[in-house]
Amino acid sequence: MTTTLSRREALVAGFGGVMLPATLSAQPAQKPAELKIGVTTFLSGPASVFGVPSRKACEMLIDQLNAAGGIAGVPVRAFFVDEAPGTDHLVGEIRRLVQSEGVHVLFQSISSGSCLACTPLSRELSKLMLLWDCGTQRIFEENRYEYAFRTQGYGTSEVLAPLLYLLKHKPDFRTVAVLNQDYAWGRDSWELWKTAMDALKPGVRVVAEMFPRFGSTDFSTEITRLLALRPDVILSTSWGGELVTFVRQATERRLHERSIFVLPVAEASMQILGRSMPEGHIIGTRGDHWNNHPAPKDPAAFNAFVNAYRQRFNEYPIYPCHHMAQAVWALKAGLEKAVAAKNGAWPSDAELAAAFRGLTFPTPTSTITLREDGQGLEDQIVGLSSFNDRFPFAVPKDMMLYPGASVSAPVGQKSTDWLKTLQPSVVQTAGRSI
Amino acid sequence: MAEWFQDNGLLLGLALLDGLSSAGLIFLVAVGLNLVFGVLRIVNVAHGSLYAIGAYAAASIGIFLAGLGLPDWASIPTLVLSAALVGAILGPLIERFLLRRIYAQEEVVQLLVTFALFMILEDVQKLIWGVQPIHHDTAMKYLGTIDVPFGADFIPFTNYQLFVLPGFAVVTLAGLAWFLRRTLTGRVIVAVTTDREAATAMGIDAAKVFLLTFTFGAMLAALGGALSSPTAALVPGIGAQTIVLSFAVVATAGLGQIEGAALTSLMMGLGRSVAVYFEPELEVVVPYIIMVLVLLVRPQGLFGVIETRRV
Repeated sequence: MTTTLSRREALVAGFGGVMLPATLSAQPAQKPAELKIGVTTFLSGPASVFGVPSRKACEMLIDQLNAAGGIAGVPVRAFFVDEAPGTDHLVGEIRRLVQSEGVHVLFQSISSGSCLACTPLSRELSKLMLLWDCGTQRIFEENRYEYAFRTQGYGTSEVLAPLLYLLKHKPDFRTVAVLNQDYAWGRDSWELWKTAMDALKPGVRVVAEMFPRFGSTDFSTEITRLLALRPDVILSTSWGGELVTFVRQATERRLHERSIFVLPVAEASMQILGRSMPEGHIIGTRGDHWNNHPAPKDPAAFNAFVNAYRQRFNEYPIYPCHHMAQAVWALKAGLEKAVAAKNGAWPSDAELAAAFRGLTFPTPTSTITLREDGQGLEDQIVGLSSFNDRFPFAVPKDMMLYPGASVSAPVGQKSTDWLKTLQPSVVQTAGRSI
Repeated sequence: MAEWFQDNGLLLGLALLDGLSSAGLIFLVAVGLNLVFGVLRIVNVAHGSLYAIGAYAAASIGIFLAGLGLPDWASIPTLVLSAALVGAILGPLIERFLLRRIYAQEEVVQLLVTFALFMILEDVQKLIWGVQPIHHDTAMKYLGTIDVPFGADFIPFTNYQLFVLPGFAVVTLAGLAWFLRRTLTGRVIVAVTTDREAATAMGIDAAKVFLLTFTFGAMLAALGGALSSPTAALVPGIGAQTIVLSFAVVATAGLGQIEGAALTSLMMGLGRSVAVYFEPELEVVVPYIIMVLVLLVRPQGLFGVIETRRV
């Protein structure tokens, strides 16, 4: 049997298909029995070193929120999806979360590749999406999204801050080598560093660019080459097991005595490295949430989060835990703002998303503002690795705090274009000692 | 050319030293895979899991024994004993309860079953050891470093990297060659590898040979993992990384070829090291370029023999 559509019926059907999602999202929303959050994170594979702790933090915070009555009086429930199977799988899973599970909000992804592939779904599904950890600058520089916001900093600020720190504290370097993982973050972060370095200190010679296979378990050959080249600075934005392996193999062969390491993502590996981390090297945490932060904005809240996590999971929270917490706190602030704007009524998806534009929400260490383009402004703290009696692992000393706005490209400007315009004077003005 | 060698000769020397240790580790894992395929005719994807579990077990046992106050030197035999333990437990379990049921199945079924096992064992690792990196480097630290002259400079190498890894590979190669050619059990294994039907007709208990060979192959995989544990941080996924390279070695060497696996591992280890020095972008693809070049010329592998197929 065949069915034929008249031209008029086809037009009505097509128009309805286009307009239906927008019409639905504009309907007055009913207060749900529970607030469902779809969370994408790595639950398997090498990046589960970030994903599993972030899931733990999410579950802990949701338990705390629900014990206190939920958000705007609604209990919260999370649905977790593994990022590891890849972007095709993830796109399908996000659709399933929205269309089958009925989630109200999406917390999206660690991997920049995941974010690039899945953020357009916020528009297609008209659903609030908080990018909780991925760092690629391309998200908001290449597109405008009504429903997507990043509740933390991004690659540009996370790479620029350690470079500014290096230029201020060790300004005499002449040669640099890079050892990054061979994937989007490794390549992009090097491009950002190189662009900024060429603007701020022209003439520095790059003596080696090495991008070992993602997931490498041996860097002996790369270390031998670095020992032979003796670069003044070795940059590595690597993380997880690869950073741990590199630092251990490098320090055993005394590479740290010949070059200074700049490790913008080091914080997450400090507990594992313990005393194997050499002192006096530049370390970052993709934010300002160091365990030894000397002046967090709300010390009681900071200690409460860290201690609750330690008590429950017997380890210190690492930066993905803080980033996940930032997404939860942003959701609380944004939803409460949207409910207040409707005098207690429940907001539609569009109204909820609108509440996040320009939202400022508190974190235990500072406040984060979501800019006009959706990008969060998160402060960056960088310092030199050191040991003290409080922690059995390295923490920074001689810390510098770089306000998020001072190390982020302005709205509407691409990071690589903006970094080219930086003047050397920014080294002295961008940050302050804390 | 002579000028290039004059400029880069010293670097090439360093690359050779690095390549030897890399080749040693590749060989230990690949030779087990090759041996298992040669006898059982099963492409065991779970070989990578045995490598990973061997590494995790060695690190855990090492940490436990260090906590009991055992001297640092004991960490080296601990690596070997841990690998033997993992192989002796998991090898017979997997062969007896899983592989034995699929010997008569099509190759694609065998591949799927061992892949499923690989996935299960990956999750078992996470259940037991979690997802945070684990490391135990007492063996590497105990053996210290040696300064290798480099023009007016010197380059520190760890003795573990320079002597232990290649040393274990050489001993394993020599031991395997002796075992397979000079002992009765070894000859029985070779007989089953060469012609399973004829060997069985001669009264050889193929089931026993399969069990023994798989257990031995599992021990070699675990040994590769255990020996890598003092230098590498162990994280989920290390098994997958290893198995891909091992397959490349096995395909290049020729299925079931021990010496071929040694030579191929050496080529790939050295190729990768030289690439890191002179063209780092090629490091990842060098093993596969070698594989493609070899297979284009010799589809049966470097040491493989063309098999006649009954029709």
